[in-house]
Amino acid sequence: METEKKLIGRGELEKLFSHWRSKGKRILAPKKIGAKIDFAAVTTLEEVCLDQVQTVQSAKTAVFPRVEELFSFKNKDGRVEIRERDQGALPETVIFGLRPCDDAAFAVLKAIFNWDSQDPLFSARMEKVAVIGVSCPRADEYCFCTSAGGGPGGTTGSDILLTEIAPGEYLAEIISEKGRVLAGEAAGLKPCPASVSKEAHLAKVEPVFALERVAPALARLFDDNAFWVEQSLRCLGCGACAYVCPACACFDIQDEGGGSGQRLRCWDSCGFGLFTLHTSGHNPRPVQSQRWRQRLMHKFSYMPERQQVLGCVGCGRCSRACPVDMNILEHLRSVAEAKP
Amino acid sequence: MSMADSFKPYLMKIEQISDETPDVKTMRLVFSDEREGKNFSFRTGQFGEYSVFGEGECTFCIASPPTRQGYIECTFRKAGRVTSALSGLEPGEIIGFRGPYGNIFPISDWEGKNLLFIAGGIALPPMRSVIWNVLDLRERYGNITIVYGARTVADLVYKRELAEWAGRSDVKLISTVDPGGETPDWKGEIGFVPTVLGRAAPAIASRDTVAVVCGPPVMIKFTFPVLTKLGFKPENIFTTLENRMKCGVGKCGRCNVGKYFVCKDGPVFTFAQLKDMPQEY
Amino acid sequence: METLRNKARELLASKTVQMVIGYGRGSGEAAPARAVFIRAAAEAESLIFDASCQQNLAVYLMKPEVRQLGKAALVATPSALRTILQLAAENQVKDHDLLALAVDAQGEVTPLATLQTIEAHVAALDCNLSAGEKTELQKYVALDPEQRRQFWQEEFARCLKCYACRGACPLCYCSRCTVECNQPQWIPVPAHDLGNLEWNVMRAMHLAGRCVNCGDCSRACPVGIPLYLLNQRLLSEVLANFNFRSGMAAKADNAMSTFKPDDPEDFIR
Repeated sequence: METEKKLIGRGELEKLFSHWRSKGKRILAPKKIGAKIDFAAVTTLEEVCLDQVQTVQSAKTAVFPRVEELFSFKNKDGRVEIRERDQGALPETVIFGLRPCDDAAFAVLKAIFNWDSQDPLFSARMEKVAVIGVSCPRADEYCFCTSAGGGPGGTTGSDILLTEIAPGEYLAEIISEKGRVLAGEAAGLKPCPASVSKEAHLAKVEPVFALERVAPALARLFDDNAFWVEQSLRCLGCGACAYVCPACACFDIQDEGGGSGQRLRCWDSCGFGLFTLHTSGHNPRPVQSQRWRQRLMHKFSYMPERQQVLGCVGCGRCSRACPVDMNILEHLRSVAEAKP
Repeated sequence: MSMADSFKPYLMKIEQISDETPDVKTMRLVFSDEREGKNFSFRTGQFGEYSVFGEGECTFCIASPPTRQGYIECTFRKAGRVTSALSGLEPGEIIGFRGPYGNIFPISDWEGKNLLFIAGGIALPPMRSVIWNVLDLRERYGNITIVYGARTVADLVYKRELAEWAGRSDVKLISTVDPGGETPDWKGEIGFVPTVLGRAAPAIASRDTVAVVCGPPVMIKFTFPVLTKLGFKPENIFTTLENRMKCGVGKCGRCNVGKYFVCKDGPVFTFAQLKDMPQEY
Repeated sequence: METLRNKARELLASKTVQMVIGYGRGSGEAAPARAVFIRAAAEAESLIFDASCQQNLAVYLMKPEVRQLGKAALVATPSALRTILQLAAENQVKDHDLLALAVDAQGEVTPLATLQTIEAHVAALDCNLSAGEKTELQKYVALDPEQRRQFWQEEFARCLKCYACRGACPLCYCSRCTVECNQPQWIPVPAHDLGNLEWNVMRAMHLAGRCVNCGDCSRACPVGIPLYLLNQRLLSEVLANFNFRSGMAAKADNAMSTFKPDDPEDFIR
């Protein structure tokens, strides 16, 4: 559908929040939790933080939770019963206040889960999620959306994108059918004069590397062990980067509960040595440099080729969260600028 | 939604268990739900995720041929959490199975050709499926030679079937054990698989022959040069890769070798493909 | 800072060490300083030391790909020095394996070539909890068990099980962590309430009598769980009950696995 533009004030947004609540919808939005700002369930617009450049974690938990039940089972007296999840019971969810890079990340997740066959649980959750993004008035030195194909006002993945054009006054771009339905629930939407543009209200994010150079350089560098050892010496091999990433979706499958329990899908990370370890003790990626290489190769070489999307949206979360300053932007620049 | 997509396994009843070696077992599995069994089909080379409820899933090939219908078989060594639990089960008990997953041995392309099977140790199961598959369609293929080795006589799996193949006039079986692994009454060869293969070479024509190699990485590493020397073209040498897997359907992110998913693009690869892939297996 | 750089140049030029592990400028606001691995005297100018240099660099002594680069001089904060001694006590570091370059807030650099000199240096340091740490810990200890349970339940609810705490900890060097052992599955893998509680408690207990309170686990935690409270509580208990402080001596028994006839037994009621 063609993007529709409207104006909406904070007052109307507040009313929308209570409307969604009255309909039993779950609202996830950036919220202050201790010293950090992260996505959490909120009930009012008051609770929502929009001043930060980024939340610590992404909103991917709405469609790919840390732990989710695939099914439950009962194994008793030689009989096994499997009970599948009731997907109808998944909550209708509005995710509010994501940045355009996070909105775009849903497209990456769709590509990962559905590239070959549909992942039913992911798709069922995605179906029930509506995304209301808020474009970025400012960025920080870790942001690189414009080098990863996005932008501070990008609309990919959003159902509605809001841009604050004056204090408490938002330009609402209604992008999808879901967005149209959501907007239809709002009273007091005003028509948007043609003169109103979001551009003046967006952060300036200068491109910092040439994306088209990254994949060929990665292919060339694959066997350059010294390069990867040097690039990853600091890396501690934890999963912080993967877990805060809005586009990382590697998972593990675990059983719990013995005779009566659940089969669970849980987050996992290519940074862990155990990730690829065979039972025999053989490990195809035995050292951290190979695991760091895998992280970059997967996102910037394999995914573009196999799933036709980049596995990164340039949000910079991994760099901000890394305990040892593995700044992905620097690493990508090193790759793009490596001499052939 | 298909079964394969939802991670919900078929319920399989263990019909029969055979001890291959002290720690390797073969299980014959039948579908608890007859209708599911009737609708199920697979092709040789494919694999599945087998599960003990409460312990988890693990990945093995389907070791029986698609020509034998009504059941599937798997052969596994007791090693990790799930295989240890599987080892403790008795006939009649129920386990889970998801599959079939992955690509296949292109046996219809091989019709009219000679076939050379080379396997080591616990890697015979994926090959057993394809061997029985072509033996069940014997008239479509030329000479069939099987070279199979293990560390010791005790480590040879499918001993009953090895005896059967040895007794057939339309199959040439060369079995071998590593030096020191023989017993006093051992009648086969003594030596590592690649060496024995080299010795037997004059009898093996490389023209119009397809080679299938399954074994531990070190065996594969030393077997490829022997085959190359014998004149085999890389695209006529097939193998299977066995990276760690969780989902089996190209999503969980761990079985990749470079840009290839072992679970989707494999597990069957040709030597020609492997030459272009990074050593991540 | 220049003293430190000169020392690094000298050590590298004379081939006394193959590498200096120190601090360099970080890439941005979230990381004003970060670890650097200097292999050539000419690169020594990128070394810095200021208040932002907090990471316990001793963590890199246990990383295989760093170890492969040869003998290192390690720019060592007091915590890192104590870590080296604790690693030595656990037979992970031998005398002359490395050279410590002790640094303090004033920018003084003291080269310490042997474990014995590190011991002497550490003995002169104040290794007690700071006044601020004490106040916070007292506040925590004052909570009744139910409040404490609730406190941790809320904190651990955020745990992602990313294992940044483990990765950042120089004393978490097990080649296979308990959480990765599945026969039996001691700790549930999923990051749910039970898995998170058991993981964090197991890790704290495994560090009891070993942790030197460097604080890197808490600094590494992306969701800000105050893990230091667990460690400080346990090290206070170990000090009070066994009169033992970790990381003070290169030869020391492990407090939690050593029985002494005069150990207090008042926990048996």
